Order: sequence, then structure tokens, then C-alpha cells
Amino acid sequence: MSGAQKIAVTVTEIVPLNELVTRFKFEPTDGSLLPTFSGGAHTVVEMKDGAITRLNPYSLMSDPMDQTAYTISVRRDDVGRGGSLFMHKRVKVGDQMTISYPVNLFSLDLRAKKHLFLAGGIGITPFMAQIKQLERTNGRWELHYATRSVALGSYVDELTTKHPNETHIYYDDQEQRIDLKNLLDGQPLGTHVYVCGPKGMIDWVRKTATDEGWPREAIHYEEFLAPKSGKPFEVKLAISNKVIQVGEDESLLEAMEREGVDAPYLCRGGACGQCETDVIDYSGTFIHRDHWLEDADHKSGKKIMPCVSRFEGKTLVLDR
Amino acid sequence: MTIQFNDETFRDDYSFHNSAWAIKRFPFPFHEDSYMYSVNMEQHRGGPAGSIYEKRFDVDEHYLSEMRDRAMVLADDPLRCQSLPHMTLAGWDLLELIMVSKSEDYPELFELHRDGNTWRWVNKPMGIDDTFTFLDEATLPYGPLEYITRQAQGDWCVLDQRDDNLWMDAGMVTTQADWSLDFDIGMNFFEWHAPVPLAHEKGIFVRALKFLLNIQQGSPARRLNWTMTVTPLLDTSPENYHKWGIQKTTLTPENIGQKQHLRVELQTFFRLPRSNALVFPIRAYLCSFQDLMTMPKWGRRLHRVIRDLPEELATYKGFIANRPMMLDYLSKFDDGLPTSDGIWPEFESEPPLKPSADS
Repeated sequence: MSGAQKIAVTVTEIVPLNELVTRFKFEPTDGSLLPTFSGGAHTVVEMKDGAITRLNPYSLMSDPMDQTAYTISVRRDDVGRGGSLFMHKRVKVGDQMTISYPVNLFSLDLRAKKHLFLAGGIGITPFMAQIKQLERTNGRWELHYATRSVALGSYVDELTTKHPNETHIYYDDQEQRIDLKNLLDGQPLGTHVYVCGPKGMIDWVRKTATDEGWPREAIHYEEFLAPKSGKPFEVKLAISNKVIQVGEDESLLEAMEREGVDAPYLCRGGACGQCETDVIDYSGTFIHRDHWLEDADHKSGKKIMPCVSRFEGKTLVLDR
Repeated sequence: MTIQFNDETFRDDYSFHNSAWAIKRFPFPFHEDSYMYSVNMEQHRGGPAGSIYEKRFDVDEHYLSEMRDRAMVLADDPLRCQSLPHMTLAGWDLLELIMVSKSEDYPELFELHRDGNTWRWVNKPMGIDDTFTFLDEATLPYGPLEYITRQAQGDWCVLDQRDDNLWMDAGMVTTQADWSLDFDIGMNFFEWHAPVPLAHEKGIFVRALKFLLNIQQGSPARRLNWTMTVTPLLDTSPENYHKWGIQKTTLTPENIGQKQHLRVELQTFFRLPRSNALVFPIRAYLCSFQDLMTMPKWGRRLHRVIRDLPEELATYKGFIANRPMMLDYLSKFDDGLPTSDGIWPEFESEPPLKPSADS
């Protein structure tokens, strides 16, 4: 079987928070308990979108100790490959869905004397669970959360009501900016900084903290590589004895799954290595995007990670 | 199935012994007639009924004696169990994992009753019946890691995961093959594996670490590792080398079948939910050469593996000096017939040993 263990769930609540973000609540369909998890974990949600099965990762934002339900918040992306639109437009209360066991690629460093959270927009979601975890274990934390406007500030009210001393909100449309350099400068020794948000914000925080002399191990960020669209291409799968077409808006992995090929996977973001596949023959150019293979592997033309990497050219034959 | 627990020792008079049942289910580690390091991981999702793979944490006839031996080691050296301050949550994770697994897998031996955070744990073989508050250390006689691993066979390394590495930040280690938790505590994956020969050059540890970092909740993994131990001693620690190292010189052609033991570790890996740490149980199984030789396939294969093992590995595993004597003994059980694939003894289908003219 491919991927993390699966859980059959029922959608029990859908709450539109604002124009862009909607919250979904999942409870186990068989009435059992969900696994506990650690703050920062995500679940991969399976979406049956016509002929395509999409599997998108979303951060869990409920209390990690609450085994009765998981919640996620989905920001609508009108120009993405369609996963968030599916969640917003097609999913209804009572629907049965499949999600994965929690997977954490953005874990708290429990050695930290203090946790400094920097969130941008929908990047607030993993911190919602981490804050609940730290509140239970008397951890010390502080949140700086930048959002576009009052209207789009998901969970601002909840955070400022429950944690008025720890929460700091910045509204872009009011020209409010995190004074990052000063903020970092004032932290006690042993503080770890965590950032989740748009790529520009992640880069800014990482660079500023590094320039200020923060140790690399004390800077944490979450970066999901979503598969990118690209030119369609044809692949021959030698073991399955199939020739398949990879469409513009699907990944090679998704195309194999659509054709009923049981290809291994876990993170679907180019990081975990589970989907590594041997290339038997090719004539063309690989577009490698993963973090898993070494540079030499990328250049060798012998391996590809089908979750995020693509191909342009005449012939590609895979050992799958 | 009811387990008949042995009353036996792993020291002094060494009354440790395997029943016929235990020999049959011994985890013979060689799936072919040769051995080299590999990232030989597979999913840990059960196995053949009665095998050591069947349950999440195997309980066998040695349970009570092993726990008694552990208590003695800890009384002499409390540093065999350590937990750095940030690992307490992982200790609770492990306590929960073991209690839930054992009570589900062995309901006739263990019971767990949970009412919110008030938990009652019943360990019938050890005569324990404790009620405590989950996540409140003050309600247990030891920290959560020590409490539960005084009741669970095998060593337990609890590895923190951060900075794309694993860190030996907590553990209970009393049945180890010549390594020390007190020495390794706080080290990362590459640091504590530094002494292993050949595997670094083969890139084994880089790949193994990548695999381990990606072990997910609900998807545990396992592998077998092995070494050799003269006399059935569980605590072959560097701290006590002066006591057991000398025993390697006591082997003779007459006593080798009974004294020389193949030591196999069932290593499993579980992601812990609340802490995101990784627990690495190392469960040691011992079997004397003469008991192994009751399985014709294992006799043929063990001879070929030991004969062809690279010198570096025989040195690292500590039996290079005794290898010639081992081969003299083992060769009598190798009639040259082919062996079937896989680790299982296949004692019903594998041909019996051919009597040999020259032995």
C-alpha cells in the first residue's frame, strides 16, 4: 500500500470564516478515536475530482490531544490546480472522505526555552495546533501574525481573546509590518523561531534571522512543494506494461494513480523519497524539482521523483 | 496461547534456555547464504502467527527473567536509563504505545483501563496493578519511560527528531551489544554510528537516516541485526567488558555448541504521536549454536555466512579470534545441499543433514 495509513472520516462541520478561508471538521466514520498528533502535523486529504484523485496536504489545527475530530482550514486558490476549489465548492457536510494519518514536517523543537511564531495569512493553521499543545504543557510562546485585512484575519478574534498577551496582529492594508530585526533582537537565549506563510515571508525570516546570527537549528519553516503544472508528456511504464499521458495540471504520480498503477508515495512534496523511481530509457529533458535525490542522481538520467518532477521530450520509460 | 515463563538467569550460572517453541520461532537473521549490510527495512505490520513479528511488541517465555535481570542492572548502574529534559513528553508517548499495544495484543496478560487522564494498568505476569494520572509524573514511581520499560523486554532508544537528524536523547539500555547509552546520550545518528566499519563507505547510514526520518505514525518499520555472544549474557555493555570480554577465551571445541550464542536483534521503529520523536526498540534474542543446528537449513546457512563474512565485520562483531573454531564446529552441519530463500527454518520441507564420510 502507498502513502501513510488512511482514515475514513465524515465531514461534520463546514464553517466559512471569510471570503477566502473555510474550515472543515472531520470525524472518524466508524465512531472510533483518531490518533493524537504533534502540533505542526498535516494530513493528506483525498479528493475524488471526476477522473482525477487529488491528494493535498493541510495542516491540522485542532487540539492535538482531541481524538474525536480533526479540523483544517482551506484557503481558496483560484489559480491553483483545483484542490482548494474542490474543497470549497464540492464538499458538503455528511460527505465521507479519506485522510491520512498525521505527518509532521514542522515539529516544535521541545528543547526551546521559548517558541516565537511568525505567521502569514493561511500560514496561521499549524500554529493553532502548536499553541494548543504548548498551552497544555506550560510552554512559553509568542505569536506575530500578519494578515491582509481585518476581514481576512482568520482566527484573529479567537487568538486575541484567549491569548491577549502572546498574540500580535499586523494588518497589511493598514501598513502594519512585523519589526523583525528588533523582535529577534529582544528574544531570550534559547528561543526558536518558526515561520509559516508565503514563500517571500519564509525567505525574509530565514535571511534576517541568519544575518542576525541565529543558529540554523533554531530557525524552522514549513514549505510544501506543490506539484507544478507543465507541458503534457507521455510515459511508458515497463512493469505495468502501460503507456500513459501526463496532463498539464496533474503530476506524474497522479497520472500513474489515475491509471491504476500502485506507485509508492508519502509526502507528495519531493521530500520523503518514497516515490523514487528508476528510469529505464529516455530521450529528452528531466525537470527535477525534488529535495530527495542528490545532484548526481538528477544528472544521471536514471532516477525521477514522480510526485513533483516532470519530463519534456520524446521517450520516457520507467521501471514501474 | 498461554506463555509458560521460564525461571532462568542471564548471569552467574546462566540457566537461560530456549524451549522447542522458542527455537522454532527464533529470528534467524540470514535470508540467503551470505551477509552484507543493507538497508533491510520492511513494514512492521504483523507476521506469521506465533512468530516474533506477529505482535507489535513480542512477549515470550523469557519475559519475567529478563525484567528481573534489568532490575539488577539498574540497581548497579542507574545511568542505564536516561531522559534529557525535553524528552518527557516522548516518554509518555512510549508509555501509551506499549500499554495500548500490549493490552490489545495480550489481553490475557495486560489490561489498560482509561477514564480521561486517570489510567489503570494491570500487568498480571509481574503482579502490577497501578492507577496514575496520564502526563503527571508525580503519580508514577519512576518517570514514564523508566516505568514502562522496566516492564517491557528489549532496549529502548527514544530519538528526538530535529534538524534533519535523529538524536539519542533518552533510553533504557541494559541488554546491549557492546554500546553505552551513557556514552551516546545526546549524540546524533552519524555520531553514534561512527564505529561501524564498511557501512559508511557504502552510504548505508545516509539512506537509513532518510528512511527513518520519514517513518510515519501508524506505519512502523523493522529489521534484524545480529552479532555473537559467548554465554547467554544480556548485558554485554562496554561498562562491564572486563566481566564478559574474557569469556570469549573460554570456548573449546567441546563447549562451543552450548556456549556460543547467535544474538539477534529485532529492531523496530515507531513514530511517537505527541512528541514526533522516534522510538527504536532493540529486542535481543539469544540462541545457542547447538539449538540452531536442530534446524538443517540454519546449520547449512550459518556455516556459509560465517565462513564468507568479510574480516572487518567479523572483527567488529567481536568473534574474529574464535572464527576458526566456529567454522570447525559449523562445517559438520553443512553437507553442501542448497538452502531455500528466506529466514524461516522450513523444518518440514528442508532435507535433513546428510551423514558425511569425512566428519
